Amino acid sequence: MATFDKQKYLYKRPHALADVVTNYCPGCTHGIVQRLVCEVLDELDIEGDTIGVCPVGCSVTAYDFYNCDMAQAAHGRAPAVATGIKRALPDKVVFTYQGDGDFASIGTAESIHIAARGEKVTTIFINNAIYGMTGGQMAPTSLPGQVTQTSPYGRDVAYSGYPIRVCEMMQSLDGVAFMERVTVDTPSHIRKAKKAIKKAFQYQLEGLGFSLIEVVATCPTNWGMTPQAAFKWMEENMIPYYPLGNFVDVKAEATEEAK
Amino acid sequence: MAKVLMKGNEALAEGAIRAGCRHFFGYPITPQSELAAYMAKRMPKIGGTYLQAESEVSAINMVYGASAAGVRVMTSSSSPGVSLKGEGISYLIGADLPCLIVNVERSGPGLGGIQPSQGDYWMSTRATGHGDGHVLVLAPNSVQEMADFAAKAFELGDRFRMPAMILADGLLGQMMEPVELPEELDLADLPEKPWALTGTKLEREHHIANSLAMEPQDLEDMVLSRRERYRLIKATEQKCEQIMVDDAEVVVVAFGAASRIALSAVNAAREQGIKAGLIRPITLWPYPVDAVKAAAQHAKAFLSVEFSTGQMVEDVRLAVNGKCPVNFFGHTGGIVPDPSEALEAIKLSLERADSGEDFEILPFESKLGLDGSFGKPQAYAERTA
Amino acid sequence: MDAHNMNILLAGFGGQGVLFAGKLIASSALIDGLEVTWMPSYGPEMRGGTCNCSVCLSEKPIGSPLVTEPDVLVALNKPSYLKFVDAIKPGGICLIDQSLIDVCPERSDIQFVAIPATKISEDNDLQTLANVILVGQLLKLTGFSTVEVLEQAIEHSVSAKHTDLIAPNKMALKIGYNAVNQADCK
Repeated sequence: MATFDKQKYLYKRPHALADVVTNYCPGCTHGIVQRLVCEVLDELDIEGDTIGVCPVGCSVTAYDFYNCDMAQAAHGRAPAVATGIKRALPDKVVFTYQGDGDFASIGTAESIHIAARGEKVTTIFINNAIYGMTGGQMAPTSLPGQVTQTSPYGRDVAYSGYPIRVCEMMQSLDGVAFMERVTVDTPSHIRKAKKAIKKAFQYQLEGLGFSLIEVVATCPTNWGMTPQAAFKWMEENMIPYYPLGNFVDVKAEATEEAK
Repeated sequence: MAKVLMKGNEALAEGAIRAGCRHFFGYPITPQSELAAYMAKRMPKIGGTYLQAESEVSAINMVYGASAAGVRVMTSSSSPGVSLKGEGISYLIGADLPCLIVNVERSGPGLGGIQPSQGDYWMSTRATGHGDGHVLVLAPNSVQEMADFAAKAFELGDRFRMPAMILADGLLGQMMEPVELPEELDLADLPEKPWALTGTKLEREHHIANSLAMEPQDLEDMVLSRRERYRLIKATEQKCEQIMVDDAEVVVVAFGAASRIALSAVNAAREQGIKAGLIRPITLWPYPVDAVKAAAQHAKAFLSVEFSTGQMVEDVRLAVNGKCPVNFFGHTGGIVPDPSEALEAIKLSLERADSGEDFEILPFESKLGLDGSFGKPQAYAERTA
Repeated sequence: MDAHNMNILLAGFGGQGVLFAGKLIASSALIDGLEVTWMPSYGPEMRGGTCNCSVCLSEKPIGSPLVTEPDVLVALNKPSYLKFVDAIKPGGICLIDQSLIDVCPERSDIQFVAIPATKISEDNDLQTLANVILVGQLLKLTGFSTVEVLEQAIEHSVSAKHTDLIAPNKMALKIGYNAVNQADCK
């Protein structure tokens, strides 16, 4: 017969996650991903040696949400800022947390080159197919036909070009040690996402190269949907365009080759 | 220590290393490339970082990261590249982060040319990026000062927690002169940076490098506290060299490479019995207002000599405040003025001192009101002979 | 010619060692304790492009390091000779590599010296050292320094990777010093 004489925390705020109110909308996936990052910092016991870099976008004030040291970067420049920190303090753990406009548009050069250099940095890339903070404009990852404030008639690919699939594009760069596309719409996906994030940090700790986790995410507010409807729209529209899965894993490749 | 013959760009690089700089991020551009090449050669041998960034924009943001991490860090470029760095410089200012930015100026605007210029005076002293802030600006005029000013710039930047710039030009960067290299600082003696992002070790509150303040009141407070620092800097850090200014009737003001041409002209003027003197601003920001003001008490006219169409001349006018004419002579496009031209401008400044009117001498300008074909000052001398 | 207060312009094609020749002169001035500046022309990197450098020697601090009216022109090719010969100050010196420049000056107010530097270098198995041969000749013409000091300057200026080039450079210097003016202009 089960007894309940010992109390045990099954769920609590990670130490790395600051006890503050965030500026994220209700139902936003930023909160989930941020928590996962903090859980990983706790589990790997690296919070005290980690420096995070937050971008411009909805997570612009994320420096207040983490208990580790944080730098705020100019729009798109988080990979460069992270590079500067890592080169000055090679023994520290450095991560960036960036959205699609930041990572895949204004900061494309920085993003590609941090990967090409194999900088020992981890990037969490949130792809929600829209600019959230500025009020719902077309993003580099907005889908064909997607209606946004700046594609009011739907994204016309003949006129505005095609969305960028970041993982597929960066897959060819030899500096990437680990790259996986995940999402956080269901408990099982959340568990998978955490596993990937943890691996990304572990690969950094092992000095294997650049690691990137793309999180296919939602923006209920700017998509004009409820959080539930947003997940449904994401599942039906985004996941087919941005298939989940692992793109690079240098360790697995090494094992494969050994076979 | 014995003198060695070195290019200005290389002397500056070695000076920075001896000042404790172990981190350099840059991108190739003429005429500063020797500086980056020197760093690429030296840094790996002394445990430092030389990283060629994917762009100037990235380079300055790497500087931001390394500075936030608490190390002495620098970047160098030439005019168009410094334009690109403008964004990052603004963020460094906003986050109160020190660093050294070197601009070995070439002529502009746009792609312009690659020959020496001082056309970035405004950019450097007024708006290196958006917003409401400043960088410290030092102007060397010899290879020796290229070597010496790196330590000065790092010291000032660390003390006031702001970026410092060395504003040189292609002439100073490319030329070789004998130089006595400064003494090497012990890395252990560098100033501590208790604010740096070095990891909390779970022993302290987290540090944040940030320029964002969403609340207007918070931002005003931040900007105003920075302004207090600026006020202190203006009161204590103005530096200039004064040569024969005490009895000067015509005070020439020139900085950097232009001051060498100006000094030749001032010496030639003295040989001809003209009481000319030279104020050479060493700090361009803060501008040596006090020295110019003091000279305006006795001078009949000022003459600003620049490798531009006249930028610093506005600071001279602000300091002179209408007490006497403030004239301008310059070349641009990468043409280095000849001392003989500057001498003619000195003579003209004296002749026209009583008119109360300022004049400008630029090729193809006719602002003298003499005729529309004014070219070089020699032409003026011939016409008035 | 006041050899301690002299502005020199050296000009030729890229690859002829124009900048190195200037550097030797500047290094000797450093050893002699003179004020000195060395300023190269710079432009887009291009093999075979024109190239020049200004060297100012002075007993007083030097203003502009750019030489626009040289006391001495050392010309290593014809385009450079044609470009700069008229800029030489009256009473100045024009020293040319006669192997590559087939001219007689129209000016009578300058000293004109021509030695077949390239041919001499080839005859003595000192290929590519016509530049140093000209420096040797300039030393004799003006006495801006001494052979001993120039030899030191060579030791300082030749890169550590090429110490085997020190001896040929010294030889070129001496051969240039002893070369005889071949200018034959009536």
